[in-house]
Amino acid sequence: MEYSEKVMDHFLNPRNVGDIPDPDGTGEFGNPVCGDVTQVHIKVKDDKITDIKFKTFGCGAAIATGSMITELAVGKTLDEALAITRDDVADALGGLPPVKLHCSNLAADALYAAIQDYQAKNKDV
Amino acid sequence: MKQIYLDHAATTAVDREVMQAMTPYFTERFGNASSLHTLGRDANQALTRAREEVADAIGANTEEIIFTSGGTESDNLALRGVLREHKGHIITSSIEHPAILKTCQYLERIGCDVTYLPVDADGLVDPGDVESAITRETRLISVMHANNEIGTIQPVNEIGAIAADHEIPFHTDAVQSFGKTELDVRKMNIDMLSLSSHKIYGPKGVGALYVREGLKINPLMYGGSHEMSIRAGTENIPGIVGFAKAASLACERFKSDTAHLMKLRDMLINGMFDSIDDVFLNGHQAKRLPNNANLRFMFVEGEAMLIHLDLKGIAASTGSACSSASLDPSHVLLALGIPPEDIHGSIRFTLGRENTEKEIKYVLEVFPTIIEKLRAISPLTRR
Ligand SMILES: Cc1ncc(COP(=O)(O)O)c(C=O)c1O
Ligand code: FES
Repeated sequence: MEYSEKVMDHFLNPRNVGDIPDPDGTGEFGNPVCGDVTQVHIKVKDDKITDIKFKTFGCGAAIATGSMITELAVGKTLDEALAITRDDVADALGGLPPVKLHCSNLAADALYAAIQDYQAKNKDV
Repeated sequence: MKQIYLDHAATTAVDREVMQAMTPYFTERFGNASSLHTLGRDANQALTRAREEVADAIGANTEEIIFTSGGTESDNLALRGVLREHKGHIITSSIEHPAILKTCQYLERIGCDVTYLPVDADGLVDPGDVESAITRETRLISVMHANNEIGTIQPVNEIGAIAADHEIPFHTDAVQSFGKTELDVRKMNIDMLSLSSHKIYGPKGVGALYVREGLKINPLMYGGSHEMSIRAGTENIPGIVGFAKAASLACERFKSDTAHLMKLRDMLINGMFDSIDDVFLNGHQAKRLPNNANLRFMFVEGEAMLIHLDLKGIAASTGSACSSASLDPSHVLLALGIPPEDIHGSIRFTLGRENTEKEIKYVLEVFPTIIEKLRAISPLTRR
């Protein structure tokens, strides 16, 4: 099994790692297949994601997809961010080995969960 | 970059002396051991000598050694050879190598009953459990000598004695323990024992099954009358010669090898415990192969550790399935009762003859940084 150069880059130098002290939305998703977990925090202003941070307990692909999704989502409107699919993440990374495709679920679903968390908290606004 | 190879449970490099012993049998001494001419007789003599060397290494008689294509075939031959025509009950452990477990699943499909004995938190089978699992239908007990993942060494002496008391044949998979622990099939009441060459600095694709004289087993392969008519097929003479050479070298170097391995192993384990928090040893602390250090680091995942190690030129392996095609956590670590998310943080270092203290020091230098880095991005880190 071989990871693409992009995957290795994001695995070794993950972007936007960490927590946001006072996040507007937080999401966590655990992969039922392997037990790995990704967590996403977002800051939202004027319906746009202004800041995003992630953490991952998982394999190389899980870490790289977490990093990549933060890059894809930042600056997007919530609807645009919700439209990011796991295939988009895998494509942006130059593809994932077939056994690792399920790993890209983690990042996408954690992002959806963070957005939903934000929307639930801001229903009445 | 020169690789620091710490994955000797997976396979080993062929020893130079082994290579030298094998080489002539590919070219000028290429005869078929069944042929009557000079070249054939030469090959047959080489085969006989090899059989003696392997027999000596485990305290068996020459005619009790059947050469096979490796550990997997030996395990298959032992189990299917005993159970195929006499359906019945077999007792094994839940932490066997797939060569045993998958064979047992096959035997279940054709109508045999299998008891998979549990192990304790260190991976040990309780001989009392073996005894209580015995029924009137029990045809075979098969418990591995040392585990390939965690290195735990089973009480085969006790299990062998129980099997003998009940007159049930006892098989043990000694693929990992051969050359690293004392092995004597007579003293240990072992009726069948699997060996593999490529774990002891011999070539791949060769192994042996020891079958105690008087125990009748069925062949898996039909054909010529090679290998006491139990394993048909023209013998792989270069491979067998190499395997036998590796086996006698293992005996010759047993004391120095094991002392060297234990020293490096303990240096590695202690060094990890000294420099990293939240680390655990998988398997038994003392009843353990001299070359196995299987460690569990909390909050990090095995594959991520492996890639970082690989980039530093260090080859290890993981008990976590994330690095292999299957995503299921290791059945061995599950059987120890470790929660699946903790299993993910397991990594196996298996040392070999050629490793040095300098190499271990280097591993201890780079590993804490890898763990630190991965823990920094892990949402599970202790808060
Ligand atoms: C305990 C055990 N049994 C059997 C085998 C299979 O041996 P081979 O690779 O020679 O088929 C191995 C090696 O992977 C092993 O570790
Ligand atoms: S996320 Fe678990 S294997 Fe990739």
